[in-house]
Amino acid sequence: MSTQPLTSQALNPQGINPQLPNSEERFYAPFRGPFDPCPPILCKTYVVPPQLFLGFQPPNLPQFSLPEALRFGTLWPALFSPYSPQNRGGN
Amino acid sequence: MWIYEKKLQYPVRVGKCDVRMAKYLIEQYGGADGELAAALRYMNQRYSIPDKIIGLLTDISTEELAHLEMIATMVYKLTKDATVEQLKEAGLGAHYANHDSALYYENAGGVPWTAAYIQAKGDPIADLYEDIAAEEKARATYQWLINMTDDVDLMDSLKFLREREVVHSQRFREAVEILKEDREYKRVF
Repeated sequence: MSTQPLTSQALNPQGINPQLPNSEERFYAPFRGPFDPCPPILCKTYVVPPQLFLGFQPPNLPQFSLPEALRFGTLWPALFSPYSPQNRGGN
Repeated sequence: MWIYEKKLQYPVRVGKCDVRMAKYLIEQYGGADGELAAALRYMNQRYSIPDKIIGLLTDISTEELAHLEMIATMVYKLTKDATVEQLKEAGLGAHYANHDSALYYENAGGVPWTAAYIQAKGDPIADLYEDIAAEEKARATYQWLINMTDDVDLMDSLKFLREREVVHSQRFREAVEILKEDREYKRVF
């Protein structure tokens, strides 16, 4: 996904990673205490998948081909949410 | 009634002997946000929901059973040839003592499934919001499971299952919209 490690400085106020336009990923910088026992996770990620934004699905949306639909698990590109393994703290 | 098709909804191939992953996958088998809980929740709620939503709950609960079968296949493949030593190393010693390598409805911590995981409030909005939450929690569980394996074959099936949670969540959200809009009401001007 991103090419370099993200820090809280790389985030804009909305927590949207500028390196990944239109991404389903959101980021935030968790609190860092002065006496944390473990190395800090500077940046945490979570996913905002497409169903949060679609509303009632409009008619006549584009469709995947049937082999693609079977592989992806949905007929609708508007609902396709690819996911790649993440490390805690972002890749 | 149901008609059973003797094949999986999506192929399950496990490419790596990783017995410990079986212990984690069990979370989606008999955990609070797992496929069994989902199937039983929707199959029960559908009796006391407006008519327009019944079919959706029937369809999705049926599909959850197909997902349950996929998870079972993954766990079975990962444990059927494991030695007692391997099971103990994978944290499944207690499971072996109780079940041998039989599958059981329990979560990743070994806690048996309970009906207390699911609710039927009788209020259509409350029930559908629980269903949406259940789908999002299952989606998150699949993400953590995908993060925990480096088996690309297993990951492929888990990504399919995650995508289905996305689609189910969308359909439950649409069900809420149908109930909000009162579409059956005939307006006379």
